[in-house]
Amino acid sequence: MRPEQGTLISRAQAMEALLKLLTDQPVIICNGFPSREAHKIADRPTHFYMIGSMGNASAIALGVALAKPNKQVITFDGDGNVLMGMGTLATVGALKPKNFIHVVFDNEVYGTTGNQPTISNVVPLEKVAKSAGYVNVERVLDRDDLVYEFKDMLKKDGPSLLLIKVNEFVEDAGRVLHDPPDITRRFMKAIE
Amino acid sequence: MIESDVFVQTMQDMGVNFFTGVPDSILGGIIAELMNRRLYTPAVREDEAVGMAAGAYMAGKTPAVLMQNSGLGTSLNALISLNMIYQQPCILIVSWRGQGGEDAPEHLVMGEVMPQLLDTVKIPHRTLTEKTVIEDFRWVAETFMKQRIPVALFITKGVVKGLHP
Repeated sequence: MRPEQGTLISRAQAMEALLKLLTDQPVIICNGFPSREAHKIADRPTHFYMIGSMGNASAIALGVALAKPNKQVITFDGDGNVLMGMGTLATVGALKPKNFIHVVFDNEVYGTTGNQPTISNVVPLEKVAKSAGYVNVERVLDRDDLVYEFKDMLKKDGPSLLLIKVNEFVEDAGRVLHDPPDITRRFMKAIE
Repeated sequence: MIESDVFVQTMQDMGVNFFTGVPDSILGGIIAELMNRRLYTPAVREDEAVGMAAGAYMAGKTPAVLMQNSGLGTSLNALISLNMIYQQPCILIVSWRGQGGEDAPEHLVMGEVMPQLLDTVKIPHRTLTEKTVIEDFRWVAETFMKQRIPVALFITKGVVKGLHP
């Protein structure tokens, strides 16, 4: 057991705190439980829920951010996803989109497939992002800090990465109810 | 041989306004022209390029992704579990390495199976030729608009002017 495990909040608790601070910003949410939890906590048309293409959430968000430079674009990502698409940390760091905020819920496991360990317990992903060229990078362990840092990132030019250590608890959320083509159409209309 | 600037201008005239990808020598002239026009966003992997193109599409752009055909292997999951099921179209400009068995060994298998591979995953494709260039681009535009999925245009060696003619 990780030493910090007993005190950590869950991803759903962290997500709820972040979604309270957001209004109409586009949010790209990675596949697996994160999309299901976000859908249950607050189902907004500005949410793009992923069900496949693991590792690709930040690339999709980068495409939105480059095409809509006047909108702040948020990614809700996981440690397994970031590790899979780690090259995108470099692309974001090199292109430096000011309107890009990358939130990583790091539970150190592939939760959706049965809590097999990732390697984020020994690879500090926020340090990788910092080295790759992200401008603002923070690692937080509790609710007060995550609210403070996220509010701060919403005010600053990015790219920013907020890594939130969370426990392995999964909200009983069910699958995302919208069909994928409807998610696309709804999202496109909402961010026009 | 089609000039690279004519190729890029034709795509711009079609309304394509977001270009990303990973380079190949066959596409070198096109990418150089795109960079001259400040239209190209380089990606580090082809599946990342496909993801960026999907995001740009949803934000109102008409995207194209340039890649060597080896990149089809890398990006296959993004193409089928993002673009196909979410109905997010993009134009794939794919260089056909290994065509006819005439290339370095690493290109031979993909060079042989590429059309069947895309048939299997139901991605429409066509091979650009100098004689049919107008029809080829018209077909790309129509398929993009109608089917709302990725559409591939194969570029064989010597059809579009490269960096070193």
